[in-house]
Amino acid sequence: MGDMNTQMADRYKNNFLKEIEEQAEMGEWVKMCMQCGLCSGSCPTNFQAGWDHPPQEIFMMIRAGKRDEVLASNSMWMCTSCYNCYVRCPRKVPVTHVMHGIAEYAYRIGRSPKNQPTQHLSKTFWDNCTKYGRVNEVKLTQTLYFKDGIGSGIKKAMEMQSVAMGLVKSGRLNLMEAVGGGHKCKDLKGIHAMLTKAKELEAQRKAAKATPAG
Amino acid sequence: MAENKTAAYICKGCEIDKRVDVAGLVKAATKSGKMNLVREHDFLCSAEGVAMIKNDIENEGVTHAALCACSRRAKTEAFNFPTIAMSRGNLREGVIWIRPDTDEARETTQEMAEDYVRMACAEVKAMTVPPGNQKTGSVKTLLVVGGGMSGMTSALESSKAGYKVVLVEKSAALGGWAAKLYKRVPTREPFKAPEDNGVADMVARIDADSNIKVYLNATIAKTDGAPGRFKVDIAIESGSMAQEDVGAIIQATGFTLYDANKLPEFGYGKTPNVVDQAGLEALAKAAAAEGKPICRPSDGQPVKSVVFVQCAGQRDPSGTHLQYCSGFCCNTSIKQATYFKDSNPDIDTVVLFTDLRTPGNGEDFYRAAQNRGVVFSKGVVSQVTPNGNACTVKFKDLILNEDTEAQADLVVLATGMVPVSGVNIDAVAAAPVEAEAAVEGEAPKEVVATIAPESILNLTYRQGPDMPQFKHGFTDSHFICFPYETRRTGIYTAGPVRRPMDILQAQEDATGAAMKAIQAMENAGLGKAAHPRAGDLSFPTVRLEGCTQCKRCTVECPFGAIDEDEKRFPLFNESRCRRCGTCMGACPVRVISFENYSVNTVGAQIKAVDVPDEFSEKPRILILACENDAYPALDMAGMNRHEYDPYVRVIPVRCLGSVNTIWITDALNGGYDGVMLMGCKHGEDYQCHFVKGSELGRYRLSKVGDTLKGMNLETDRVKDLEVAITDMATLPQKINEYAALIKSFPPSPFKGF
Repeated sequence: MGDMNTQMADRYKNNFLKEIEEQAEMGEWVKMCMQCGLCSGSCPTNFQAGWDHPPQEIFMMIRAGKRDEVLASNSMWMCTSCYNCYVRCPRKVPVTHVMHGIAEYAYRIGRSPKNQPTQHLSKTFWDNCTKYGRVNEVKLTQTLYFKDGIGSGIKKAMEMQSVAMGLVKSGRLNLMEAVGGGHKCKDLKGIHAMLTKAKELEAQRKAAKATPAG
Repeated sequence: MAENKTAAYICKGCEIDKRVDVAGLVKAATKSGKMNLVREHDFLCSAEGVAMIKNDIENEGVTHAALCACSRRAKTEAFNFPTIAMSRGNLREGVIWIRPDTDEARETTQEMAEDYVRMACAEVKAMTVPPGNQKTGSVKTLLVVGGGMSGMTSALESSKAGYKVVLVEKSAALGGWAAKLYKRVPTREPFKAPEDNGVADMVARIDADSNIKVYLNATIAKTDGAPGRFKVDIAIESGSMAQEDVGAIIQATGFTLYDANKLPEFGYGKTPNVVDQAGLEALAKAAAAEGKPICRPSDGQPVKSVVFVQCAGQRDPSGTHLQYCSGFCCNTSIKQATYFKDSNPDIDTVVLFTDLRTPGNGEDFYRAAQNRGVVFSKGVVSQVTPNGNACTVKFKDLILNEDTEAQADLVVLATGMVPVSGVNIDAVAAAPVEAEAAVEGEAPKEVVATIAPESILNLTYRQGPDMPQFKHGFTDSHFICFPYETRRTGIYTAGPVRRPMDILQAQEDATGAAMKAIQAMENAGLGKAAHPRAGDLSFPTVRLEGCTQCKRCTVECPFGAIDEDEKRFPLFNESRCRRCGTCMGACPVRVISFENYSVNTVGAQIKAVDVPDEFSEKPRILILACENDAYPALDMAGMNRHEYDPYVRVIPVRCLGSVNTIWITDALNGGYDGVMLMGCKHGEDYQCHFVKGSELGRYRLSKVGDTLKGMNLETDRVKDLEVAITDMATLPQKINEYAALIKSFPPSPFKGF
């Protein structure tokens, strides 16, 4: 993955804007931003949750060629996909999609922030979901709780005990999922086949973009 | 002259008869007004009522009529009798609509109505029918000074309207700045790509137009006369002089770019790779002619990166450079960035701006440039330094809040517009005074030289050779209400000489100015006034035998209408006059008057009011209200039934500038308890229809305090109020507050004399 980063950095030299336009999904919208700041002002997370940069700044940093800062920024991972920015943008820039596109690109070339909790959740959720064909809630919770070791995992589990019991009692959580029982997906093989095909198509598309034209 | 026959008409409509005793009004008109004929009518503005008046004029020989009905601003079409002198008594908006319908109010309402009837009768007897200005000219040719986009547009539009045009251009070719443009900002859908500058087409149309006579390499050596009869000397290249008779003038002398040499911090002059916007157009034109990409002037290599610096020497709060936004430069930079992107998308093109202002459809153009890959960064440039064949641009990124820099082969400075307005006549008038005040040794000549570039129009007017200037040296324009109007009747300014604007705006401006100029010529030919009293047939007349040559009228006339003759008497140019009456208000010996508006017409009204004695506890307050804003505001207060004090008597005046202090002294001597003056806002953001009228009037009236002291009266008895036409709700309150103040004073000691 590190190789891919160097490869891209060499290929686009100082033109990070072009790199984002060509490599990140929806990246071609970055140039249309007119720096009004409505996206930043509309964001409900309000940067209190520890955003490194508001979206307006991310866009400006891309134009200013701040490659390392943008790719390592946690901002894209903090987006809750509420779409406020997208709806309000006077230039109709799909800010939410652009942020996700940059996040995915940073992850793909191995430059996304390390140990970033929401990124970890995304990865865990995706792995869990694709493995079982649907979310195995008990295993997902387990993985998340015990991410930082046994001790903190037990502590978190004890804190949430009453919530878990309530969910079990009302039939919203099946503990059998922990041992391979509970809700299951009807056609796991079919889902896996679909996901494999989708991955294949995406890889093709990205490979075409990743190799310089001509 | 035929014998005068006076008549008063009292309307009973609109419930006037229910609110006041009409018999009392008839008595007032007969006994106090001494009218030869007094009639009442149920509905005076009806066809029947109007027919009655017409019949009296034709068969009874009525020459003077006082119509006591509604405001003079209402029913003007019905009450249109141009052959007789006419006054209006405002019984509706001025009396019954501003008083409560109660038994207690009935007595004061009746007194008010009777006073207005007496005032209308007194006024009309002091009036005569204006015959129209006789000393007029009927030349219908238009002079356009300046052959740029604005001037060419004015010429073509006037020709299209059927008028002859003389077009004078200082340089050797028509086209002005626009001709120097490689391309212009798009003017039509989809507003995405720069267009041809359009000059060749306009020049061809002018060449083919038999109505338009063009002088190239020519300047105006002398402008003499007045609307309808200007005589203009045109200095031609050969050294000879051509003379043209014209009816009106459009000055479209445009602008120059702000001198980039004043911006050494941006590297201009230090390296040829820093250019202003005109410099870039020249590079683009040269490159297109040779079929090459735009090249760096220092070594002729194609430009690979370019930075545009917006607001260079503009919007400068320190006052060193231009303080204003020129409005066109953002679009121009977008256009110029497009030149590069269209020739090679890989050219690094950055626009550094603080606020990108793209009026009109410029927004579409902006978006199109972003789509082409032009980078727009919000940043303030602090320095441009030459760096071999490149430049280093230091700037503060306002979004990322950091100081940073960029490298560029070429830097373009958006420097903005400076008007070509000619001589600053106010500064020239002030210069001798300044020079006198300065310590000796300072050369006064220099003062004049720096403030007085060469004159453009060379007017022979007493008040100076060029158009008056306003803020930042742009020529005069009544920008709040009537942007085409200037303070020189029949002379209009159009395009960037008036305010910063782009080509499209300048063309619209030039078309409007052409229409106004045509209107001014036509009105002058008919002996009528131009805006804002368009169509007014009255004009000022002066009894020269009483004149003391004090020159107040010639100095104060806001429109430069009054010159001085060889014997230093005022010489009126009636066609230049706007009929504001400022000269009449200024005249200390009161020898200036209009047929239908004079010291007497207002003085007679003041005297006609019945002033009760000091024991009645009924004060009298005179209000002199500007007819353009304050009087309509009072009318609207009436329409909205906002009540005000019954002891005020309102007399409309043409402008606060026309108020002669004798009216105030007469009123106070006659026992009035107070005088309130209502005029428009003055100063830099004035709202006066006559631009300087209210200011001059106020200055004159600021001295009235001494008069009051001399009469042993409280100085607060005279109050000056700034009124806008929108003040109809607050105005009655202010009147009432003032009336309460007056009631707190003892009654005027002059009552009963």
